[in-house]
This record gives sequence, structure tokens and C-alpha cells, in this order.
Amino acid sequence: MALIELREVRRSYDLGEIQVHALREVTLNIERGEYVALIGPSGSGKSTLMNTLGCLDRPTGGSYLLDGQEIVSMSRDQRAKIRNQQLGFVFQNFNLLNRTTAVENVELPLLYRQGMTSRQRRRIAIEMLEKVGLGERLDHYSSQLSGGQQQRVAIARALATSPSILMGDEPTGNLDSKTSREVIALFRELNETQNLTVILVTHDPAVAKNARRKIVLRDGEVVADTPDIDIAMGALHREDDE
Amino acid sequence: MTIWDTFRVAIRSLMKNKMRASLTVLGVVIGIAAVTTMVSIGQSASALVQNQFMALGTNVIVVFPESQQRGGVRQALTVTLTAADSQEIAAQCDAVLATTPLVGAAGQLIYGNTNWNVNELSGVGSDYLIVRNWDMAAGDFFTEDDIKSGAKVCVIGHTVVTKLFQTGNPINQIIRIRNIPFRVVGVLEKKGVDMVGNDRDNLVLMPYTTVRKRLQGSNFDNVNAIFVSAVSPARMTEATKQIEQLLLERHGIEPGKTPDFRVQDTTEIAATLGIITGVLTLMLSTIAGISLLVGGVGIMNIMLVSVTERTKEIGIRMAIGASGNDILRQFLVEAIVLSLMGGLIGILLGSSASVGATLLINYFNPGQDWPIVISLPAAAVALAFAGFVGVFFGYYPARRASRMDPIEALRYE
Ligand SMILES: Nc1ncnc2c1ncn2[C@@H]1O[C@H](COP(=O)(O)OP(=O)(O)OP(=O)(O)O)[C@@H](O)[C@H]1O
Ligand SMILES: [Mg+2]
Repeated sequence: MALIELREVRRSYDLGEIQVHALREVTLNIERGEYVALIGPSGSGKSTLMNTLGCLDRPTGGSYLLDGQEIVSMSRDQRAKIRNQQLGFVFQNFNLLNRTTAVENVELPLLYRQGMTSRQRRRIAIEMLEKVGLGERLDHYSSQLSGGQQQRVAIARALATSPSILMGDEPTGNLDSKTSREVIALFRELNETQNLTVILVTHDPAVAKNARRKIVLRDGEVVADTPDIDIAMGALHREDDE
Repeated sequence: MTIWDTFRVAIRSLMKNKMRASLTVLGVVIGIAAVTTMVSIGQSASALVQNQFMALGTNVIVVFPESQQRGGVRQALTVTLTAADSQEIAAQCDAVLATTPLVGAAGQLIYGNTNWNVNELSGVGSDYLIVRNWDMAAGDFFTEDDIKSGAKVCVIGHTVVTKLFQTGNPINQIIRIRNIPFRVVGVLEKKGVDMVGNDRDNLVLMPYTTVRKRLQGSNFDNVNAIFVSAVSPARMTEATKQIEQLLLERHGIEPGKTPDFRVQDTTEIAATLGIITGVLTLMLSTIAGISLLVGGVGIMNIMLVSVTERTKEIGIRMAIGASGNDILRQFLVEAIVLSLMGGLIGILLGSSASVGATLLINYFNPGQDWPIVISLPAAAVALAFAGFVGVFFGYYPARRASRMDPIEALRYE
């Protein structure tokens, strides 16, 4: 059984007069330990798919099994629990709490877990920050950190709950190419050394190349699913050539 | 998330915007302080009224003569209420502790070359002190023998001592009223002024027989009033009934005829005054309660602004696993912390304000002695109410926060 099994997942937005089909019948499996990049033109449904995978959004149809559990029929609170226990999120704009220190930000997801003392939370948070190379910046506020550092705090926060999947919606979108490479290297390392499943949305071919599997979306549909970057890029640009 | 964690998160969030938090708290502080002060002052006023009644003699019943209307002509000189009635009430009514007749007179006091006008010059019986719940400061009250013989003796109040004798000892001194010499046998304990500011210590008491014989020159046995004290406040009504029964019989009033006397029970007056002060307290607390309500609306307002402003934070918390309940509790606890903080400060402020107000009243009204009452129940109720205000006005914003869609909340800038 795959870690993620999507069957004919659809997501449409009803805007009164018109219906927007952000996802049409997406079917795919992702195994434990995979490193997947989601690419596609703007508006192709990458974020929608990511939010669905991340249990932030509920598809309008189809089935989504995460580790054998059906997500589509779950309540809000059940999905919140799944997010807390199995998933780690990294966002394009970092989404750290402002006026809050790095270590407090990393502790945050642990706060929503049962039976953890504040000392345990602190210990885990420090460990995670050390892992992403920010052991020296524990008590810095978000506003006192560079973009790359903020994204590392966000990664440490995502890892604090020891999730099985790390997800990022354009996590390098706001970073320059050098910091972007560093963050990507970190994702790669986590994937290789800890067998963490990584799923990223990206516009950057360099980032996509780094992933072992590339899934190309176009108009809410998967048009290519390949380890080969050239085939993926070909699928991405096909329409532009026509 | 434990409740302790929730409190810590709430306090940390509030600390991030201290100015706003303190202004919100201020609204509640004013409300709670107003409630506490008003209720305390109201209770202080009713305690004052009660004290005054205690001083009058708590269980006092007064019997007045009622002039008879016969053929439209007022029979002013008919003897209705007598000293014998007073004695019989004391002897026969078992709910009655003691009685005293009261005969009023007027006249100027002269001692040496000083003269002085008293508020009250009364002839009373030997049980007067028991009935009025009063004591002697010096000397003795006149005796049953003095009453029998109509002796020219008197007992004076504290004010009379200071006006006529200054620092000298008044006992056994002779004062003159209408040129008749009276020997001072005792001085009454100081009582202070009553509710309307009359000096209750400016009086002279003498045997009722003396007043009648020496000052009025009257041969009738009639008295102006009979003061009766019941054995206990609980038996006031019973005593009143017994007195009425006895006097109807003694005066031969047939059933259905208007009696020639009137029995007045001071508990009625006390009850009326109690209602008045009660209404006053209620009115003051209502006004104070409204200001508390305004404070609550302030909390709601700020919480709503805060929820909107922190939409992104709510989105982040939800994305990393906060349930709707976690968010609801966080904002609710913030509102409760705000209002309880306001409540505590308000109680402290209100208590000091009521003590201050009482001290001021006593300073400007010497002799009145308003008791200092800090109403603990009022404080407890106020605090509970503050908590309730927090929950009530915090719930709606908190629920709004908890129902947000995480994706939309994250997108909010
Ligand atoms: N809340 C919404 N209401 C209506 N339509 C929406 C909503 N969210 C997304 N869509 C539509 O769904 C489609 C897919 O959007 P999505 O955000 O997934 O694109 P994307 O691939 O992430 O694009 P980008 O690369 O620009 O981020 C778009 O056509 C978008 O307009
Ligand atoms: Mg997107």
C-alpha cells in the first residue's frame, strides 16, 4: 500500500455563474521516502493539489487515502489532527508568527499535542533548530532573521512533530538562488538520510531537477509523471510550442 | 493543549499588544470599580440606618393617643392613654419586655447665669433606659420612689453637660426650669446625631409625675405616648397584637368602633427605610452594571479586531494542527484573562474608593459615623460577573476565529 493514494480526485469552485475546475480526476500514488516535485504553469492547480494532499482542503470528489486512512470523509478536527501528527508544512512566505522567537515558533505544533511538557517541547525545538543549522539563533525574533533563516525555522517547525511527509508550496519562491540551493540541499538531505517523504511545488527547474520524480500538471490534470527532467520540461512547454 | 498552556499562550499574546490590552482592561476596571463602590456605599447607608434603629431601641413599639372625633368637635382634653395603661401593658403582655410612659414639656434650662434650650424635655418612667436601649455615663437614673413622689430630679444628655457645665461635674448640681430647681442625678451616655442630623444628646429627662405636677400643673393621668419594647425583634408583631387587644379591652372599645389609640411598630419604619436604601443600592448597581456592560462590549470590540488582525496567525496555527476548539479556547481565554484582570483591579480600586468615600462623608458630617463597609459578596459577584462578561463577549469573536478556513486565513495579508 502506498503512503498516498489519490483516486479521481476533483476540486471545483462554484462561483455562481461559472464553475472553476481546479483539479479534474487526479489519480496518483506516492510511496514512502519519495522526493516529488509538482510543476506546471500558473493556475494549473498545483497549490490546490498541495492543499488537498496537506489535508488543508477537502476535494469535491474522489478518494484520498493517507497511510490507509480516508481523508475525504474526515471532519475538520480529524484533519487538523492528521496535519499535526503526520504532515509538516513549509510555505513560500515562511508563515512564522511575528514577535515570536525562533524556538517558540518551532515549539508551536507541539503545543497542540497531548501530554507533552514544556521542557520536552523546548528540547525538541532546540534539537530541530540545531539540525537546520540555527542552533545559534534560538531566541531571535522572526523579524531578526534573513529569508533563508526564516525558511529554515519553518522547516524546523515542520519537522518538530516528526512527520512522515514534508510538504512545501514553492518553499524557495521568495529566496535568492544561493539560499534557495541551500534550502533544497536540506530537503534532499532529509529525504536521503531520514527517508522522509518530500513533496514540493516549484517553478524553478533547478529545484525540480533535484527531485527524483516530477509530476506535471496542466489545467488541473496530470500530463506527465516522470523521473526525467527533460521529459517533464517538454510536457510543461508543449502547449507554448504549438 | 492543557489549560495551563492555553493560559500561557493567551497571556503571551496579550503581552504582544500591551497598550491595547490595558485599554481593554480599563473598560472592565471602571465597570467593576463602579459596581463595587456603589454596592458598598449602598450597604454602608443601610447599615447606618440599621444602626440608628438599634440606637432607638430595636424592638420599640410606640402607642399614641388618638383624639376622638365626636360630632365633628375634637375632644382634645379627653383622657385616653394613661400611665396606668403603660403599667398594665408591662404587666400583662408576655411579649413585652418593658414600657415607659412619655409626657412632653418645654422650657429653658438655667444653670448659674448660663441658659440653654434642649430638643427634648420629657417625663418618663423608670424603665426608660431598658426600652430605649440606653445606658448611663455617670450617676443613676431616677427611681420608682422619685416617680411616686414626683421628685424634682432629672437626668441630662451629653450635650447639656457640655453646654451648661463645661468641664465641671454636673451630678447633684441644681438646674432651673421655669424657675423650679431640679437636681441632676445622672448623665446619659452619648448617642450622637440621628439620620436627619438631630442631636439626640440634647435632652432632659425627669419622672413623668414630676413633669405633670410641677411643669404642667395637670391633674389628669394622660400621657403623650407609651414606649414599649418587645422581648425580641421576632416577637414585635405578637407584642403589637397583645397591646392592641389589652387597650381595646381596658378602654372599652366595642368591636367595629375606632380605637382611641394607635400602635406604631418601628419595624415598619425600618422596613420602609430598608426598602428605600435597597432601591437606592439597586439603582446605583444598575448604573454601575451598565458601565460594566459597556466594558464588556469593549472587550468584544477589541477581540473582534484582534481576530481579524490575527487571521494569518489563526491560519498558521490551524495549518500546523490546531483544532477549531484549540483556537476557540485560545481567544476565549484571552477575553477571560482580560476581564478577570479588569475585575481584580476594579475590586481593589472600588474598595479603596468606597473606603475613601465613607471617610469623606464622615469628615464632612462629624457625629454621623457612616460605617465602612467593603462588600465581599459584591466583590465576589463582581468578579464572577467579570468572568461572565469575558465569556459572553469573548465567545462570539472566538467562535468566528475557530470557524475560519485555514487556506483563506493563510492567504490573508
Ligand atoms: N478559492 C478559490 N475560489 C475560486 N477559484 C479558485 C480558488 N482557489 C483557486 N482557484 C482557481 O483554481 C485554479 C488553480 O489554482 P491554484 O492556486 O491551484 O494554481 P497554482 O497552480 O498554484 O498557480 P500558481 O503557480 O500561480 O500558484 C485557478 O484557476 C484558480 O483561479
Ligand atoms: Mg500556487
